[in-house]
Amino acid sequence: MTAVTALADASAGWSWNPVDDLRQMWAYPFMVNAFRAGTITAVASAVMGWFMVLRRQSFAGHTLAVVGFPGAAGAVLAGASAACGYFVFCVAAALVIAAVPRTGRDAGAQEAALTGTVQAFLLACGFLFTALYKGLLGGVTSMLFGSFLGITTGQVRVLLAVAAAVLVALAALGRPLLFASVDPDVAAARGVPVRLLSTGFLVLLGAAAAEASQITGTLLVFALLVMPAATAQTLTARPVRSLALSVAIAVAVTWLGLTTAYYSDYPLGFFVTTYAFAAYVLARLARLAAGRLPRRALLPAAGAA
Amino acid sequence: MTTPARTPGAVPRQDTGTDPARSAAPVVSLRGASVRIGGRTLWSDVGLDVGAGQFVAILGPNGVGKSTLLKVLLGVLPPASGEVRVLGTAPGRAGQRVGYLPQRRSFDPSLRMRGLDIVRLGWDGDRWGLPLPWSAGRRDAGRRIAEVVELVGASGYAHRPIGRLSGGEQQRLLIAQALVRRPELLLLDEPLDSLDLPNQAAVAALVGRICREEGVTVMMVAHDVNPILSRLDRVVYLAEGGAVTGPPERVITAETLSRLYGTPIEVLRTSDGRLVVVGQPEAPARHTDRHTAGGRP
Ligand SMILES: Nc1ncnc2c1ncn2[C@@H]1O[C@H](COP(=O)(O)OP(=O)(O)O)[C@@H](O)[C@H]1O
Ligand SMILES: [Mg+2]
Repeated sequence: MTAVTALADASAGWSWNPVDDLRQMWAYPFMVNAFRAGTITAVASAVMGWFMVLRRQSFAGHTLAVVGFPGAAGAVLAGASAACGYFVFCVAAALVIAAVPRTGRDAGAQEAALTGTVQAFLLACGFLFTALYKGLLGGVTSMLFGSFLGITTGQVRVLLAVAAAVLVALAALGRPLLFASVDPDVAAARGVPVRLLSTGFLVLLGAAAAEASQITGTLLVFALLVMPAATAQTLTARPVRSLALSVAIAVAVTWLGLTTAYYSDYPLGFFVTTYAFAAYVLARLARLAAGRLPRRALLPAAGAA
Repeated sequence: MTTPARTPGAVPRQDTGTDPARSAAPVVSLRGASVRIGGRTLWSDVGLDVGAGQFVAILGPNGVGKSTLLKVLLGVLPPASGEVRVLGTAPGRAGQRVGYLPQRRSFDPSLRMRGLDIVRLGWDGDRWGLPLPWSAGRRDAGRRIAEVVELVGASGYAHRPIGRLSGGEQQRLLIAQALVRRPELLLLDEPLDSLDLPNQAAVAALVGRICREEGVTVMMVAHDVNPILSRLDRVVYLAEGGAVTGPPERVITAETLSRLYGTPIEVLRTSDGRLVVVGQPEAPARHTDRHTAGGRP
């Protein structure tokens, strides 16, 4: 595998010049594909994750991601591609979760209980699939914790098509979805189809989670789905700004993660998660510090977001 | 019958049944309306006409279906029978001409959205697609939002995250959200609930001013009629079998309410003009079997 030899060569080559380092990494087509796939995934996950955090549906998002593991394992067992398994299972799980009515006072609790049940069962299935398919062992780690090796140009195209579809759909649904997320009763009274949007959102989230799973692994999908969005929302309460910040953070941690993973030999998911976590901790500390200072935060004028 | 003599600033308004607003087409009209939730009839045979610019309170015991009445007017819930018209069309068709403030809505303290963004959702939150950054509509939106935030007196805190604001501050911003599209009809569900007394008085005054100065018809569900009593044109007292409508001093009386609920009810008037209704039946518990007055499921 050329990637492995490339890694062996590369670990010696770390310079403190980022341009040189990038050029060096991008000399290898597999690294170019890794950066492409990582960037596409980061953008889609950051935007979807922003809505997910706002809607308090992180648990559903986590389940959708975790469900990718049995999906991928089952697909490989059946002789199909892992990517196909991720998408089919994630979107199917989204439809199952969406089928629970989200009306009434304990809607969140009902959804969480069903979601947890589905998640536990499917994880167990994933474990069974890997046990049935004995040769999969190396693949399990990358399914759970992510990998950037051997991403083909064809896979990048699939990721790009899915991300583009997700983003176009979100652009179309964005404002009513925001309305339905923070203020469902008023949105419904103004004719926004709240229930339908909720289902549509979960399906898009399933697609985004399937994408992110392929980069960070199914267990660390929060790194791209939750952390950049949570960090951005900690830093600003302006929707447009916080959405943009979320994308910037996701892309930054992905690039940093890819670079570090390239020059070391630990899994990509670990680094992406660590950087995203560091960003989140820093943001919380910054908020805390800002809260102690005199309230200059009160000054910004009442402009549009 | 005497009108309550209190609140020096407020002008007691006449409601003699020949109100000029009533000669025009009513803003809201119900004819023999009934509503059923989960196979149970909440109320039936409710008739009601609300004229333009009126301030109407919807009263009744907990669980009688006051919030449900607003949902019927919004078109979120279809009536089981009868005719309902809102602003000359079927409920739900009037769109942005109706402003709505649902019951007991406080935002999660961790919600990272500014008050302004919440108001803005009332402006264009129901539109599909992305707003064009260079369009003139954007400037109009900014201007109208600033104007309505000023109107409710929330300019001082509208840019702060909504979850961090007090109940009264949130309520004002939500009223601004309901008002931002210049609705002709404002449906408010217990907006004074969970506010302290000074805030109750202030929000009641604000709604009264919006009704009088902007000419908006207001229908407000209230648990306690006293904070708005001096500003009301009419009250609707809702009961299982129907509703009584009329000026407060004619409806909130021992005879009317006793007849409506079929049980002895007393109405006391305190020395400062407040009304206290004693003996008002609470709605039966949700799970008890009941003989509903208005038809069988
Ligand atoms: N979505 C619903 N599903 C089932 N029952 C409901 C629903 N909404 C309201 N109810 C029931 O209808 C009755 C009236 O509710 P509501 O209109 O909120 O009363 P009020 O506002 O007068 O206190 C209550 O008994 C309530 O439990
Ligand atoms: Mg109610």
